[in-house]
Amino acid sequence: MRGPDEQGGGAGDGGADGGADCGSSPRDGSTDGGSGEGAAEGGTEGRAAQPPRIPPPRSPADDSEGAAAPHGRSAAPEDRQPPARPEPAPPAREPVQLAGQPEQFDHRVLKSLLGAWALSACSPEETAAVEGHLSECGACADEALRLRDAVALLHPEDSLDLDPALRSQVLRGCMVRRAPRVPVPEWAAPYDAEASRLDALLRDMADEEWLTPVRLRWFDARHREKRERDTTVAGVIAHLLAVDGLVASALGMPDPLDVAAASGKDRTDDGSGRAGTPHGQPHGAAETAAAGARDGVFPQPVDPAERTEQFWRADCDVLRTPAARRHWREQGHALLRTASFASDRTAGVRVPYGEFTLPVRDALLERAFECWMHAEDIATAIHYPYTAPQSTHLHHMVDLAARMLPETIARRRRAGLSGPPRRLSAAGTPGRALHLEVEGDGGGDWYIPLDSPAAAVRPGDAVAHVALDDYEFCQLAAGHVAPAEAMAGWDGDREAIEDVLFATASLSRM
Amino acid sequence: MANDTPPHWDRKMQQRLARGEAAALGELYDRFASLVHSLSHRVLDDESAADRTTRDVFGYIWENPQAYDPKSGPMRSWIAEVTQRTAAGRLREQHREEGPQSPGHHERTEEKVRAASTAARADYIVTSMPASLRAALELTYFQRRDYRQAARQLGVTDDEARRRLRLGLQLLSSASIRPLPSQPHGGGVPCERAGRARRRSR
Repeated sequence: MRGPDEQGGGAGDGGADGGADCGSSPRDGSTDGGSGEGAAEGGTEGRAAQPPRIPPPRSPADDSEGAAAPHGRSAAPEDRQPPARPEPAPPAREPVQLAGQPEQFDHRVLKSLLGAWALSACSPEETAAVEGHLSECGACADEALRLRDAVALLHPEDSLDLDPALRSQVLRGCMVRRAPRVPVPEWAAPYDAEASRLDALLRDMADEEWLTPVRLRWFDARHREKRERDTTVAGVIAHLLAVDGLVASALGMPDPLDVAAASGKDRTDDGSGRAGTPHGQPHGAAETAAAGARDGVFPQPVDPAERTEQFWRADCDVLRTPAARRHWREQGHALLRTASFASDRTAGVRVPYGEFTLPVRDALLERAFECWMHAEDIATAIHYPYTAPQSTHLHHMVDLAARMLPETIARRRRAGLSGPPRRLSAAGTPGRALHLEVEGDGGGDWYIPLDSPAAAVRPGDAVAHVALDDYEFCQLAAGHVAPAEAMAGWDGDREAIEDVLFATASLSRM
Repeated sequence: MANDTPPHWDRKMQQRLARGEAAALGELYDRFASLVHSLSHRVLDDESAADRTTRDVFGYIWENPQAYDPKSGPMRSWIAEVTQRTAAGRLREQHREEGPQSPGHHERTEEKVRAASTAARADYIVTSMPASLRAALELTYFQRRDYRQAARQLGVTDDEARRRLRLGLQLLSSASIRPLPSQPHGGGVPCERAGRARRRSR
């Protein structure tokens, strides 16, 4: 449309600025904002006297009908109907007098076109008709100018990702300025940070991205093989929601599975929903707790994979839509809030995971770890960078895994998955140990008792040494790398090393 | 995406902040940090200055949650207002630090503050206008659809698309008309309640 120079009015001289500044550079927009202001004021004064000089709109959008095609501004569009010198510019007066006009171009219609005109989103005839009208109608010219200036203020959204470190800096700074009466307990801080990071990743996602396939991976240490389960971004969030729900239930908050079952029942009315389960809002206050969901009395399955599958079945929408995000986030906020008010006793309440239990404070740390790992799964799927947690949090996560190892080794032994203890020792007496050295900011040294979880171990009891990077250790614990593939250095008792590596990988689940 | 939070959310948030609940501040940050940071960045055009302003704004809110009056508008508007005041204050401060002030220099600074504030207000208006208007503007301006294509893509009539574009731009144009809130205090942190939440985007 810009090619043919036949736009009436000031098209010729204004064309350059109309075409050049738009959409190309944010900075242009901002300087224009300033001058536009002046222009608007100037215009207001002069307007009554003479027809305002209206800067023409930016070079208009392609008129071709290929709706979805990405639009460059290159094509010199062959306008279907040549912008024939507009049907004589409508002598805009009262709409009633427009008898001879093509009906669609009366004052009312022309006025309604002003926004589209300012954005160069009209057809050629409309553009011409509007411009003709502007030289006649002061009110419309006035508005046209204002809207044109407003276009100059449009500005592509800065999608600058905020540095996650800024969040902790800001919050820390605030706590110094005014000490919190109800602090977030230290054991809840990693969950707070990781949930916030994942939420930031999700925030700007387009609806269709929620359907992006994501592969969940873990290591089945019983059968010594990797496992996978395909879902979507939305499904991952639903998974997090369902498993976070274990901690929520333990804290007396509603179980999202109950909620899903209740709403699924509402929707399908197939009678398969559970009768008698509380069906409050998923984000209800902790005080309106699901009764009886304390200390291991769960009406819903506790195995994380089972919970997830059930949740996915109960509410198929969560696999396709961003719906789960809000619920996951609200539950997360409620968890943190409840944790902030929780007593030490509450922080020690056991959360059942099926084969084992964890106290609330560790369970929330475990959830932070999962949140990070699944955020990475999502980031990989949508090709977005994602970083590791801050080192203190990473250290807590590694520490939790290391603390879980002795029990895990014992459980594997009971299941016949690893050899018998070499040295039977009474609780508290020394036994063999493995020196686990995790390198990196989140790392440290751990001595893992090999023969009995209760055995006291000393560095001198180490019969083997494994060294690996903190990130690699987490990948192993998440089941993303198999024990045989882990980039670890080791020496000493091979069986002990294998026990520990497999026990670490067996911490992973869907 | 970034529309106002519901009034009860705003009130509850204020109460929780006033009670000194750190978890509430985390929620507030997650909700508004990108708004605060991008508005600051728009005024100051510098990453680390925007970071500092973000710290100042949240610090101010955390210390003065009672400065927000739920009756005067959504919390989001108030935060935008506080941000703009803080960022404009920092911009003036930067200019003062550049050396002795000639009257012309002062003029230019104020002009820059005004332009930057207009731009920041425009950004704010765009992010807080109804999603339907914003989508129409985005399709026509950034994706260069004409309004008929936009109408089809949005599943509305041509009339409705025209209406949305016009209304969207009308809202946006208010950015350059509104007066800048007075800024009697020179420091980077706003420390009084005057002029609060004057700017509501309808």
